[in-house]
Amino acid sequence: MTTAGTETIGAIGDTRLGELRERATRIREHVADMCAGPEGGHLGGAYSAADIMTALYFDVMNLDPDRPDAPKRDRFVLSKGHAAVGLYATLAERGYLPVDELATYARPGSRLMGHPVRAVPGVEAATGSLGHGLALGCGFALGARLDGHDSRTFVLMGDGELQEGSVWEAAIGAASLGLDRLVAVVDRNSLQLTGDTDSIAAMEPLADRWRGFGWAVQEADGHDLATLVRALGTTPWEPGRPSVLIARTVKGRGLPFLEGRTACHYVTFSERNHAKARAVLGRSRKEDTR
Amino acid sequence: MTATAAPAATARAVTREAYRDRLIPLLGTDPRLMCLDTDTGLFGPAHIEAAGEQYLNLGIAEHNLMGIAAGLAFGGRMPFVNTMAGFASSRALEAVKVDIAYPALPVRIMATHGGLAAGHLGPTHHALEDLAVMRTLPAMTVVVPADADATAAVVEQSLDLPGPLYVRLGRKATPAVPSDEPMVIGRAQRLREGTDVVLVGCGPYPVTACTEAADLLGEAGISAAVLNMHTLSPLDAESLCTAASGASLVVTVEEHWRSGGLGGAVCEALAERQPVRVLRIGMPDKFSDTVGGQEHLLDHYGITAARTAAAVTAALEAT
Repeated sequence: MTTAGTETIGAIGDTRLGELRERATRIREHVADMCAGPEGGHLGGAYSAADIMTALYFDVMNLDPDRPDAPKRDRFVLSKGHAAVGLYATLAERGYLPVDELATYARPGSRLMGHPVRAVPGVEAATGSLGHGLALGCGFALGARLDGHDSRTFVLMGDGELQEGSVWEAAIGAASLGLDRLVAVVDRNSLQLTGDTDSIAAMEPLADRWRGFGWAVQEADGHDLATLVRALGTTPWEPGRPSVLIARTVKGRGLPFLEGRTACHYVTFSERNHAKARAVLGRSRKEDTR
Repeated sequence: MTATAAPAATARAVTREAYRDRLIPLLGTDPRLMCLDTDTGLFGPAHIEAAGEQYLNLGIAEHNLMGIAAGLAFGGRMPFVNTMAGFASSRALEAVKVDIAYPALPVRIMATHGGLAAGHLGPTHHALEDLAVMRTLPAMTVVVPADADATAAVVEQSLDLPGPLYVRLGRKATPAVPSDEPMVIGRAQRLREGTDVVLVGCGPYPVTACTEAADLLGEAGISAAVLNMHTLSPLDAESLCTAASGASLVVTVEEHWRSGGLGGAVCEALAERQPVRVLRIGMPDKFSDTVGGQEHLLDHYGITAARTAAAVTAALEAT
């Protein structure tokens, strides 16, 4: 069921890496298209997370789009549910739903709501109210352990989301339960809706905080697909401890005219800017596959 | 496990213990079941040993409790989660709404210290909003068992209930509420026949207040029917309307703020189907400002048989 090719986890080849990069760019293109729709979308956080979701869905996770309910599948919870456009794009690229359906995003009658809903194949849980995903992930991971299989649960959180106290309830719980098949990824793009995350609420020393809660911690460039695949693919890193990858990312990564800008949190593209974005991404795609 | 013989019909008993003592032996018969605790102290070493890996104490973290329960339920399990009613319905409400009610998962929220049961512990531990809050959630079944036997029946029947369930339980021993009709989730029990007025209660003390008030009213020549409306959602509107047919007054009695709970549910149903005057007896629109046990507080705030009977008499005299 895994999509890993002939390469072994931890040593990804250039060809494979190029394929993954192209996937990530395609996901960004889909997101750009959705953000050119009447409602726009949370582009910035979807782009900062696009490489993480690519690594998970196209390499790391054990899954089968034809059997989204397979009992021993790995689970993914998009705790930062506002990045739904990124998840929908990823699920479409991965074969859970037709790529054409993405054009219905946020339009009347579509099942693609602004936050993920379980009506969409591959969505494990409705999310969007921040601070819920990690506890849900604990439940998934605990259930798998009680069922006696070794599936993993991946929970993708935003760094602003870590301001919710419920995250830390779940962090204590996961470590206490020794849920080492639970993997959290923090999309550390350092921006939230109105500005710089750390100037709004002090987040550092983030790695030490997680370590202090009993988690195995690694930090990585969240746009380096080889590193992401290696790090996430080799979880659990320490027996008996849940893992958290602090993925340093750039909000809006992929579109230089938006990268790192607070304004990219929510984007409704004009026709002109949509074309501009598509042109930039098109050039990236050529480089990906070169 | 501790003896689980049904208590004598008139014995006082603790509904939260009745729940526990029914659940623990069921765990071994059904691998779906889980008992998730938040350090409530309800489960002693013998219970925990008997439950094995189907019991987990997750610590004092109610949001985490609901989230983990949802994750387990997504995977096919049926978690019984344990906390106090005030924490389940207020602190953890968003997780209950988003993670449990929205996907309609079979999580059983076993909420102790319902109403004024926390007594002298005060308003931080009272739950006078829980029924209103929980019954607004789509798919949520909301039950207030009147006594220990009813509680055990709810636990058993919950195993066949597909969606989420909220059960309000007590803290200390409360009166038995005998009934000729069986306890069935969603079906009101008719405890007294009567033609002039209908008294509707939920919970041990309010239902007892209703039956005692019916006796008082009978002595005054007023014929009062009594319904134990133990299930607030889905409300048994049919039994309510049948009982209210021909009556000039319906009185609700509950251990809850007067807004949104049993009184609110009864008003909604009657207003839409069969308008009749309704009086609501419950906790006045305030936080408790006096110290005392559950019975003292009920008496102090007028959630009593005497008050119920007096309200009926006054209302009938005024017409």
